[in-house]
Amino acid sequence: MVPLNWYIILSAIMFSIGVVGFLARRNLIIMFISIELMLNSVNISLVAYSHYLQSLRGQILVFFIITVAAAEAAIGLAIIIAFYKNNPTIKVDEINLLKG
Amino acid sequence: MIYTLIPLLPLLAFIINILFGRDYIRDKAHLIAVPAVAGSFLLSLVAFAGVLKGEVINVNVYSWIVSGDFNVSIGFLIDQLTAIMLMVVTSISTLIFIYSIGYMHGDKGYYRFFAYLSLFVFSMLILVMANNFLLLYFGWEAVGLCSYFLIGYWYEKKSAANAGKKAFIVNRFGDFGFGLGVILIFLTFGSLDYMTVFSGADSVLGQTINLFGYEVDTITLICLLLFCGAVGKSAQMPLHVWLPDAMEGPTPVSALIHAATMVTAGVFMVARSNPLFSLSATAMNTVAVVGGVTAIFAATIALVQKDIKRVIAYSTVSQLGYMFLALGVGAYSAGIFHLYTHAYFKALLFLGSGSVIHALHHAKHDDEQNMEKMGGLKKYMPVTYWVFIIATLSITGIPGLAGFFSKDEILWRAYLGGDLGKFLWFLGVAAAVLTAFYSWRLIYLTFHGSYRGDPEQEHHIHESPKVITVPLIILAVGAVAAGWVGIPPVILEHADRIGEFLAPVLGHPHGHGTHLEEWLVIAVSVAVAVIGWLVAMFMYIKKTDLPEKIASLFKPIYNLLFNKYWIDELYDKIFVQPVLKASDRIVLAFFDAKIIEGVVNGIPALIGGFSKKLRNVQTGFLSNYGLAMAIGALCIIGVFIFMR
Repeated sequence: MVPLNWYIILSAIMFSIGVVGFLARRNLIIMFISIELMLNSVNISLVAYSHYLQSLRGQILVFFIITVAAAEAAIGLAIIIAFYKNNPTIKVDEINLLKG
Repeated sequence: MIYTLIPLLPLLAFIINILFGRDYIRDKAHLIAVPAVAGSFLLSLVAFAGVLKGEVINVNVYSWIVSGDFNVSIGFLIDQLTAIMLMVVTSISTLIFIYSIGYMHGDKGYYRFFAYLSLFVFSMLILVMANNFLLLYFGWEAVGLCSYFLIGYWYEKKSAANAGKKAFIVNRFGDFGFGLGVILIFLTFGSLDYMTVFSGADSVLGQTINLFGYEVDTITLICLLLFCGAVGKSAQMPLHVWLPDAMEGPTPVSALIHAATMVTAGVFMVARSNPLFSLSATAMNTVAVVGGVTAIFAATIALVQKDIKRVIAYSTVSQLGYMFLALGVGAYSAGIFHLYTHAYFKALLFLGSGSVIHALHHAKHDDEQNMEKMGGLKKYMPVTYWVFIIATLSITGIPGLAGFFSKDEILWRAYLGGDLGKFLWFLGVAAAVLTAFYSWRLIYLTFHGSYRGDPEQEHHIHESPKVITVPLIILAVGAVAAGWVGIPPVILEHADRIGEFLAPVLGHPHGHGTHLEEWLVIAVSVAVAVIGWLVAMFMYIKKTDLPEKIASLFKPIYNLLFNKYWIDELYDKIFVQPVLKASDRIVLAFFDAKIIEGVVNGIPALIGGFSKKLRNVQTGFLSNYGLAMAIGALCIIGVFIFMR
């Protein structure tokens, strides 16, 4: 049986990759994928703890996160497409309309 | 209490007209205002009948201010004095409201005029019906405010707007004293209720108060402060300057406010406070001297004025002087009697001059108030002419008419008042000659001779409509008959009804003289009235070039009188200019520009500068925000780990 630590370490590695990807990359789509990566790393740790603690709470929370992630992906991609129609770029460095 | 409606009806008319006048009521404003004031008149009649039967009403209808020992109610006192004032105010108001329907017809502020006029009647009724000094003060200030509104009624005209301001500011000087007097009354008596104050007046006799290191008699100080207010409101020396300028207002306003009612508020107030004034000889003498001097002083100015309304305005100042003279020699009921007869003949004079101005205005006369451009109006305006004659006979004191009885009573009481009284009597008689002269001069210049304006306009002149002439005729009846309630005993026994009626409030005047003396006093006042008349007739009918010659012969005196003793110019130099300069240099240049604007502009500049710095945080780069979030999350985690 795989010990709990391994799952947690996997989750931490995936989350770190997500964070670094979000901060380092300039492509909106990649940044979006990084966010999904972070969300799913959290899902892994939740499921692992749920099994370890023999409690279903963690798994219920996972369903919520998957739902939110799906909604977020739909809306986020829609925004990107809408933005791209007006301004044909997906590089975040060139998107700074909200500059104060 | 049903009598509460007496002031409330005009207030209601004011509220309706001011709220709905501009958009809905417009030129039907009189349909609301006239019934309201007529209703007040009818209720006043009922109240008067009640007082005649001897029922004096003193009720508190509402507890206004309760603060520790300071209790003030909205309460009404209807006694003999108030009953007479109610009759004067409501009867004259009703007539003038009706007159205004014709006079103000077609004016674009018609509803506003009636609204303010109703508000004025409300304030005046509160003033006379109050049963404590604070409510009196409220009415006092409110009539001043209405006076300001109505003098400046034609506010597009700069002179009218300035006259309104002048009236308000000059009155402020007097009211300052009056306000202090009311405060001092509270400090001395612990109450502002008339009954408490007047019944406690004897107990503070001889009490003194330390004022700038001098011991001053408390009662005297209270009386002089109250009299300050009366001097302002009733246009006595030296605060008389506002009243002639107030003639910029529409003529019905001049008649109602600046002749018949509001300006007599000072007389009413002194008479109301007679238990206080009677205890202070100093205050009484001050009142009498101010009154006597004003009477003759204003009469001399009226001799040479050219504006028809200004002549009558100075005549009003002079007659108010007579009233104060009467109060000052202790003849309170004579003062109130003169107030009451004066209201009728002076309202008549003003409304008559309004009728003349109205006619000339319609004839497109460009200088419609200048008597030098009038003349010969007798044949065009017979009704106006005859009511003018009646009013003039009355004001000059021709026996049998209203003015004769009241003026004679004042002069007789002055004559009985010792050495000072004799001197004041002399002033009064001298003023009577002048009164007769300028009143007849006004008639001769306006109605006799031939028309001196543009001949083109002459055939446009015609008598005013019925809505104007009928109130004139009713007032003319008053100007004849109003005095018959106060016939002195020497002429007819037991005919001095008004003196007896007012005695419970105002007491009986002191002093007794022989019948021979009294007849002599009457003879002298009638003689001077006739002399003034004859001189005026000689100068303005017989030898019409004589006035010109006299004016050029006594040039300096003529100029002095014509320029009203240069008092306006003097006040301008002493008070107005320094204040204007000070405001310009200190208030405007330093306080306003540096301090007010400094604060107002400084705070936004500070916040603006700070936000400009802060705005740099918002770079618009998504990755910067992401980094900030990551650092924030790390910090929170750090706090959780290390701060446990």
